Formats: sequence, structure tokens, C-alpha cells
Amino acid sequence: MSEEPLFDPSLKKRKKKQVAFSEDPLGAEADPTTPAPAVIDNVTTNGDTVDMGPTTMHEQMMANASKDDDESKIDEDAMFSDLKKKKKKKKDIPMDLPEDASGTSTPVSAPAVAEDLDFSDLKKKKKVSKKKAALDMEAFEKELNDAKAKDGEGEDADGAPIDDFDEAELGDDPFARGTEQVSSVDVGGEAWLNSDRDYTYAELLQRFYAQLHASNPALLNTAGKRHTLAPPQLMREGNKKTVFANIADICKRMHRQPEHTIQFMFAELGTTGSIDGSGRLVIRGRFQQAQIENVLRRYIVEYVTCKTCKSPDTLLVKENRIFFVACESCGSRRSVNAIKTGFQAQVGRRSKNKTG
Amino acid sequence: MNVQNLASFDPFADEGDPLNATQEVGSQQNYIHIRVQQRNGRKTLTTLQGLPKEYDAKKLLKAFKKEFACNGTLVDDEEAGQVIQLQGDQRTKILNFLVEEGLPKNTIKVHGF
Repeated sequence: MSEEPLFDPSLKKRKKKQVAFSEDPLGAEADPTTPAPAVIDNVTTNGDTVDMGPTTMHEQMMANASKDDDESKIDEDAMFSDLKKKKKKKKDIPMDLPEDASGTSTPVSAPAVAEDLDFSDLKKKKKVSKKKAALDMEAFEKELNDAKAKDGEGEDADGAPIDDFDEAELGDDPFARGTEQVSSVDVGGEAWLNSDRDYTYAELLQRFYAQLHASNPALLNTAGKRHTLAPPQLMREGNKKTVFANIADICKRMHRQPEHTIQFMFAELGTTGSIDGSGRLVIRGRFQQAQIENVLRRYIVEYVTCKTCKSPDTLLVKENRIFFVACESCGSRRSVNAIKTGFQAQVGRRSKNKTG
Repeated sequence: MNVQNLASFDPFADEGDPLNATQEVGSQQNYIHIRVQQRNGRKTLTTLQGLPKEYDAKKLLKAFKKEFACNGTLVDDEEAGQVIQLQGDQRTKILNFLVEEGLPKNTIKVHGF
């Protein structure tokens, strides 16, 4: 009994702002700072291991996820683990959403009841508050919103570290993302517009992120943005020479001087060559497309991509006989090794070679 | 990622790079380079350059020839010093051999297609 009064202030701040208008401004201001001490007090007085409650938005989302999905644990793990898992997750979540949105309260309310029975002893602040709320339409709506925003957020978190592998799969999702976020923004606004209570920090935070991502979806897509190069076109010229037809195009796409690229290729392949009249590169020796592709790949890793942010949007500048790669997107700058041909063994007839 | 503070002055990048550059240029000599060259037809030649001084190139060549069942020779180059030449494309074999003998893999660079 003595514990409940302790809980109430925090509850007011957190959930129900209906009580008094005079307190609200203070509460709103104090929200980010004060709740932490209140929680600590609870722990000490109870002596129990009271969960700090889902104080941060992130944790709140997690908590909501636990109600909606059985796999909340997996979700948490997935946030930091495999991308593949996340992708699966992502596909699952939209399937759940329509159920919630359609107004079937069972998925949300039933687990909540179960949690009441389980955690009544532990006095989880948040859970209790929901109990007290007695499944108000407000609270319920908010839960829905949270759940939706959570879904949106989860996808956001997923979207950031998109790897380049399954671009095709992800290609469909951004649209779904956008619509979900828009809806969540709308509903999220209504949650406190309809009532006379004050909005909470977490709600505002969710609203901010939802709007941020809704208004500029580029934020999500930049990480997965991909630069593609045309595959090298190789033709055999005669028996011993290979023509690399589209080297100019490739160099232009990499923003590198063709001379630099050619120098690297000759050093790696251990051959020589020349550029013919139409800008094609003639390489001495027989080479397959895959081999040239390999060499190009190595060139890109070494001289094109930024080591810090992996962006291929870089510039190669020469200062004091040292080449520097300056990244356009993250601003980092690093030196790269000069291209050295190294030892060239004597191949072919010695009479052709003046020194030999 | 347009951060104004970083755009104007980046304390780490500006100070650190020249030093790193000189170090890298200097340490470039320490790499072991394994290259491959095309000969006529489908024949190739593998060269091993930059072997550390503490290894006897002659004995290593002998071991290579026996292990890879190929011929090879030792070439003296003004710039590169002693270079081991082997017949055929032995790059991966050389790499595995050297790594198994305890050379750190990150000091070995395999070139070629």
C-alpha cells in the first residue's frame, strides 16, 4: 500500500497528465531529468529488484514489442546481430500490423492481462500504470501507436546498416516503410490531441523520428545506396593481345584518371600495353573478363573506396609525390601507396630487350 | 553527412596523415610480393620478391621446387635484391607455404589476376 503513493508521481509524469494542468508544465520540463531519481527511490524502498521501467523510448518500444510479438527477445538480439534475421523480422511485422490496426484488441490486451498476474508482485511501474489505466481507450490507442511506431523504428534501425547483398528484397520495403510512418505520425498526433493530457517525452521522441524519416526517406536509403560499374568488356585482338574496350567509362564512373588505373592494372598483371585511337586499352597477354574484374576490384578497394565509411565517393589527389584519397562523404583523408611495378622477370626473347 | 565543424578543420586527419604516409612509404619495402607473369601460351611465371633477410633464399627455393614440383631459379635484381622465380602459377601454394612456416599473412601481398 505504501508503495503506490510512491509510484503515483512518476505515473503522472509518465502516463496520465489528466490530473492537473498546473502541474503539467513543470512535469513536462522536469520529465527528462526527474524521473530517474524517482525510479531509484522506488528501488531502494521496495528492496525488490524493480525494473527501471522502460524509461527510454528504445526500451519502451522493446516493452511494447514484448506484448505484440512473442519473439521480442529475438527482436532485441536481431537489432544487433544478423541482418538476415532482421529481414525476416521485417516481413513478419507488417503482417501483424493489420490485425492491430483493424481494432482487434486481443493481441494487445490478452498478454497485458497475463503480465498483470505475473508481475503484480514486482511492481513494474509501466505495467501497473497500464493496469490502473484499466485499458482506457487512450492507453490502448497509445499502445497501438507505440506498436506501430515501434515497427517503424525497428525497420529504421534495420534500414541503417543495410548491406549491399539483398538490395532486391529491400527494394520493396521502402514504400511500405513510408506508408507506415505516415500513418503512425497521424495517429501519434491524435493520441494527445483528443485528450487534454500533456504529451510525454517518449511520445514526442517517437513523433520526431517518425516525421524525420517520413519527410526524408533518403536518410534510410543512403546506407544501402549502391554504386555499380559496368563489367569490363574484353575482346581478343589477334592472338596475344586483349582489348579492354570500356575502360574510359569505368574510370569516369570511379572518378579516377585512366592513366592511374591503367598503371595499376599493368603493375598487377605484369604486362604492358597501350591505348589505341578510340580510347580502348590494349593489353599484352590473354586475359579473361573475370581476371580483369578481379584486378579492378582490388583497385577499387585500394584506391577508390573510403576506408572509413566505405563510400566510393572519393577524390585522389597528389601532394608531394604522395597520393591521398579524400572522401567526399565523410571528409576523411588518407594516403595510399604509390603504384610500383616491382620486379619484372625476363619473358620472351632477350634480343628484343635492349638491356638483356 | 555535412557536419560544419568537421568540414572546416579535422584535427585528426590533418595531423595524422603526413606521418602515416611516410611510415607507409617506408614500410612498403617490408611486404613480400608474390606476382605472376604470363609467358607464351598458357604458361606463367611466379616471382617472389622482398623476402626478409633472415631467410635463406637458396634453401627456400630448393624447398619450393621440391614441394611444388616445378623448376625455379634465383635472380639478382638491383632494386628488388634476390628474387625467386618459379615456373607456373604457384601463388597460392607459396602463400600457404609461407603462412604455414610462420610468416604473418598480412605482410604477404599476392598480385596478379
